[in-house]
Amino acid sequence: MSTPILSTHALTGGYGDFQALFGIDLELHEGEVISLIGANGAGKSTFLKSVFGLLPVAPEMVRYDGAAVGGTPAHRMVRRGLAMVPEGRRLFVGMTVEENMRVAIDNARLPEGEGQWTRERLFELFPILGEKRRQPIEDLSGGQQQMVAISRALLCQPRVLLCDEISLGLAPKVIREIYAILPEITAAGTSIVLVEQDVTLAREASNRLYCMLEGRITLTGASSDISRDDIAAAYFGATDAVA
Amino acid sequence: MQWLDAIIQGVLLGGMYAQYALGMALMFGVMRIVNIAHGDVMILLSLIAVSLAGVLPVGNIGLIVVIVPIAVGIGWALQTFILNRVVGADPLPSLIATFGLSIALQNLMLEVWSADTRSLPNSGIASESFQIGPIYVGLLPVIVLICAFVLTGGLDAVMRYTRFGRGLRAAAADTEAAAMTGVDPKRIYATATAIAVGILGLAAVFAALRATVSPSDGSAQLIYAFEAVIIGGMGSIWGAFLGSMVLGVAQAIGLRVDPGLGILFGHLVFLLVLATRPEGIMARKK
Repeated sequence: MSTPILSTHALTGGYGDFQALFGIDLELHEGEVISLIGANGAGKSTFLKSVFGLLPVAPEMVRYDGAAVGGTPAHRMVRRGLAMVPEGRRLFVGMTVEENMRVAIDNARLPEGEGQWTRERLFELFPILGEKRRQPIEDLSGGQQQMVAISRALLCQPRVLLCDEISLGLAPKVIREIYAILPEITAAGTSIVLVEQDVTLAREASNRLYCMLEGRITLTGASSDISRDDIAAAYFGATDAVA
Repeated sequence: MQWLDAIIQGVLLGGMYAQYALGMALMFGVMRIVNIAHGDVMILLSLIAVSLAGVLPVGNIGLIVVIVPIAVGIGWALQTFILNRVVGADPLPSLIATFGLSIALQNLMLEVWSADTRSLPNSGIASESFQIGPIYVGLLPVIVLICAFVLTGGLDAVMRYTRFGRGLRAAAADTEAAAMTGVDPKRIYATATAIAVGILGLAAVFAALRATVSPSDGSAQLIYAFEAVIIGGMGSIWGAFLGSMVLGVAQAIGLRVDPGLGILFGHLVFLLVLATRPEGIMARKK
């Protein structure tokens, strides 16, 4: 296989004195979707934050497009082509739908005209956002806010998109709507890391799957090859696996 | 007629307060940084202006041209070297840091300029006035009010329609999410504080032209700026302007009731707003 666009090498990290990650090796290839599953507290969000430069890590622990980029501040990672849909959406309260999007456009890797993603295209994908473009973000429903969060990340024109629990707290219908656009994103040449608690969803949407437990990768393989029993063992720990 | 005059004088006084409050609207209202040294920085700039006027014969306009860039530099340095290290979800560290800075600045100013009151040499503009009907209106306060109005409109437009304004509002709403969207929060905060203190530079020259300044005057300006921002509503630039007007008019009316009551009336109106509309006159709905 070619060199991965994003990879981590024995990545360790955490918050201050608290270590949450113990040597994570992961790779993401161009055009690929990988999902990262694991229970609450397994370190999935910490991992994404460490990759994105929001938590301190050594340069060699994260390689992006051939360069050691660990610890680069988040805003510079955006210029290099990373974007994140953060857990809990984290939209800019007090600003309209379109203003939230424009913050991304202002700081994107490529100008809106040169990148894959434009507001017009996103308003076609999510027509409700077009209708509500001038409304403050806090007036939108949870599902609509998630669409804005995804749009904001895509308008950074990323080559790698990190998604942190985008299905959390949403109605099944809305989740299907949001997952339905993932193929569109990969078709645009963007690779995706999906952090997900819903194992079924994670398997269906990804090419490969990583399972995390207590800050370590306990299972990895092609999503279609891994059995539910394997996942259960890796998800809860091998000794007390219950499926 | 006496009351109409009080309102007009109050609005003109409000223009002065608006110049103090605009920087505060940006730092406290938008960025949620409590800068206790706000008034002291202004007094420092006034005193620098007074001293410079003694050696540089550049006139009042020239003085503004010199002081504003100094103010911008002070603002940038304040954010870069002090506030960016303490800014975060917790407002307490920035409050403590700027409280310390306030005390240090006051004592530094006492050391350099002594406790004397000073003002810029009167070039005549401070005493010029014109008459509308039976009411006399000072020329300088009108210039101050017009400047405040233009600055408010300009700053409001910058916040609404520019890349900088959007980035700043984003960083103020959620610093980490803004960084994930490509905004460099530290750089944008440094620029914002540079603008806030830059406006204070203009206010400082006007303050020294209009009246006297001494090293201990800063805390009063701080209170007026805080009150104006809170009366107007946190996060609203025009709100701070309106809040300044309310404060100025309240003080002018109080002054007509009894010469000792002016400042108290201002504070009472502030308390009344806090009690009846704590989110401020122009606050955005949450």
